[in-house]
Amino acid sequence: MNPSDNVLALETVNLCKHFGGLPVTQDVSIKVRSGERRLLLGPNGAGKTTLFNLITGDRLADSGQIKLFGEDITKLAMHKRAHRGMSRTYQIITLFPHDTLERNVALGLLALRRSRWDIFLPMPQDIRDEARRVLDLVGLEHLGDRPISVIAYGEKRRVEIAMALAQKPKVLLLDEPLAGLSSMERADIKALIASIPRATSIVMIEHDMDTALDIAETITLLHYGKVIVDGTREEVVADQRAREVYLGH
Amino acid sequence: MQFWIIQSLNSLALGALLFLLASGFSLIFGLMRIANLTHGAFFMLGAYFGATALRSYGSYGWMNLWVAAVAGGLGVAVIGGILERLVLRRLSDKTLGQVLVTLGISFVISDACLVIWGGDPIPVSTPAALRAPTFLFGYAFPSYRLVLVALALLAAIALYALLEWTRIGAMIRAGVDDMQMARAIGIRISRLFTAVFCLGAGIAGMGGVLGGPILSAYPGLDGDMLPLALIVVILGGVGSLIGAFVGAFVIGFIYTFGSAFFPDLAYVILFLPMIIVIAFRPQGLFGRQTA
Amino acid sequence: MKRIVLLSLSIALVFAVLPLFLGDFYINLGSQIMIAAVFALSFNLLVGYAGLTSLGHAAFLGLAAYLSAWLTTRAGLGHGSAALLSIAGTIGVAGLFGLIALRASGLSFLMITLALSQVLWGLAYRWVAVTNGDNGMTRLTRPQPFGISIDSAISFYWFALIVTLVAFLLIAIFVRSSFGNSVTGTRDQDRRMSALGYDVWMIRWITFIYAGFWAGIAGLLYVYYNKYIHPTSLSITTSAEGILGVIAGGSGTLVGPIVGAALVTFLKNYVSSILDRWNMLLGFVFLIIVLIMPDGIVPGVCKLWALVQRGRK
Repeated sequence: MNPSDNVLALETVNLCKHFGGLPVTQDVSIKVRSGERRLLLGPNGAGKTTLFNLITGDRLADSGQIKLFGEDITKLAMHKRAHRGMSRTYQIITLFPHDTLERNVALGLLALRRSRWDIFLPMPQDIRDEARRVLDLVGLEHLGDRPISVIAYGEKRRVEIAMALAQKPKVLLLDEPLAGLSSMERADIKALIASIPRATSIVMIEHDMDTALDIAETITLLHYGKVIVDGTREEVVADQRAREVYLGH
Repeated sequence: MQFWIIQSLNSLALGALLFLLASGFSLIFGLMRIANLTHGAFFMLGAYFGATALRSYGSYGWMNLWVAAVAGGLGVAVIGGILERLVLRRLSDKTLGQVLVTLGISFVISDACLVIWGGDPIPVSTPAALRAPTFLFGYAFPSYRLVLVALALLAAIALYALLEWTRIGAMIRAGVDDMQMARAIGIRISRLFTAVFCLGAGIAGMGGVLGGPILSAYPGLDGDMLPLALIVVILGGVGSLIGAFVGAFVIGFIYTFGSAFFPDLAYVILFLPMIIVIAFRPQGLFGRQTA
Repeated sequence: MKRIVLLSLSIALVFAVLPLFLGDFYINLGSQIMIAAVFALSFNLLVGYAGLTSLGHAAFLGLAAYLSAWLTTRAGLGHGSAALLSIAGTIGVAGLFGLIALRASGLSFLMITLALSQVLWGLAYRWVAVTNGDNGMTRLTRPQPFGISIDSAISFYWFALIVTLVAFLLIAIFVRSSFGNSVTGTRDQDRRMSALGYDVWMIRWITFIYAGFWAGIAGLLYVYYNKYIHPTSLSITTSAEGILGVIAGGSGTLVGPIVGAALVTFLKNYVSSILDRWNMLLGFVFLIIVLIMPDGIVPGVCKLWALVQRGRK
């Protein structure tokens, strides 16, 4: 099934960001169509995570626009973007270490519900059941009652993704989901990402080119905060400039 | 008109003292990320040291306020160094622990001062040469306060020179900017920390002695000065020397004139600039933006 | 939750019966412990559950106390309305202070809360016309809830016990609720919480106000018990005693602050009767707890015991 051409799930228009005097994001314009699997590539320091941070609202852009399904969210507070259907995972594990796996995913589910403001009743049972179901999707239901601190790194990565997936996002931003994993673990995560329904558009940052190229349909190559190449996988792989960026000048 | 001059000089003098107090606090916070709540006690300790030095050795020719100030500053610096090495060092990375420990030590010091020096304020006499007012343009200017302001300016310049033009200053600035990087390039962080803590404490102690003629040494001086130092630093921005300088004099003026016109509400008057600054620039006037 | 209710009710029952066998000194000590416990529980909402270390929490205790004192003596209000207005005023100020302090985080937050509470302290100290300054406000009275007098040591003790029990249960409910879960979430990973869709600022502000509310309740208990109020109730020493109770007992738990508060109150009473050096001892206890048993007395003792056991082998 091809990504539908008409609907732009995510769009940035001339996004710019400076840190001190240093330009970190320069006129970045990308278009992600609904259902697309986009890979954000680039050497270290290219500004990939910063771009993510601008899209999710971790940082405010200096200029430019961000649109989610046509709606301008450039100035929208971070937590509101989640309610518009955006979810992300982080490069470093940002799970709740003292809580169980079930509680971690449940917190992700609770975030979008009215009952998160309830100061009397404990977490609703249906949220906890749903959390279990999501853990089952990523094959971790049997560890549901263990605290995060005792499970393996690869399993933590899966919980990260589970937490984001639990919210049934329309746009999912994955920041280096394969980092630090063994090849077997990578295969698991790759299969997991491949199984995500097309209702969710995915933008992924990855370093491991071979693995990432398997999942990506389109690629945006960043270098020094600027978009160098942007197109389908075949186009970018064949592009001379991509070779230069990765193999040196 | 004389009223305005007196109050302005009082404001400047208070500002000078607050600068001596807040600059050390800001340095320590900026470099070591420690909110040193003992700082008020350091100031008070200095005041007591100075008062005692003058009382005990005042009859000797060589003893005067300036000698007492240096002695007081050194004494407090030593105590600060001991505190840093023995206690704070063990709590690196535990910011809450550090704050609570400095709070605890401030209690110990202030109570110890009460035991040693008793409950009555100990006056510190203004140096004889500066007791008579200076006459300019037909108005009387309290001489000691003028000198105090000059001293604060000197201290500010000296600190600035230290930070900008010396190697140790460069190391401090590097540490403030990026601790891990500084370590990586070989800066001996632990020695630097002790040095900076001693410096901060010493300046506060010296400030206590120099403040003697205006404030005297009394129990509770630490509790009176610490919140003012905090407000100065909040206003000016942590870690910023300019912020400490500007903030100190702003607070000096607001507090002095506020006390003159609304004696009951002096503290509350300080509330307002604090809220305004925090509302518009939470990192303070000259603080660095963290996000 | 049912377990907590049953357990606390049974413990409360034990404590309700105790004073029948003890003299007034211990009964009064018990009352003081309960006041400290409510204060510590409220403080722990901020420190242990929200991860917001404030050093100005005494502001709310003292404010409620002063408001009640002023409203009953100078404004001629009855205790019922005075209590309501005092708490309303305290909540209002808590909201205001929260708005200001939450513009910052970490150490800056701490310094701002300290500065704000010092502003209130300075006001209580200097505005002699209203607060009587350093002399404090004396000859205050205790209320008569439902017409029952609580003037005797034992009747006040039971009154305080009921209030403490209610406070404990309501705070327990709060902490275990969905909202309470989000509070601890913001403590552990605030960025992640925002990304998930939680309004972290609002969560913190609400918790700050709620903590202020219970500190205000503690303040009312305080002023009813002492029948006297002095600026020290707003001072950093009071905040320090509160936070010591929290960390000494073990923050982030429900029972820890109560244990810690009891310990601090015991220490304070016994030291005050022997020496005059409570402040110095308070400082030293801070040092000891932070350096040797940072998690609190209960976990700390367990660790020490384990060390001793290992040393023996």
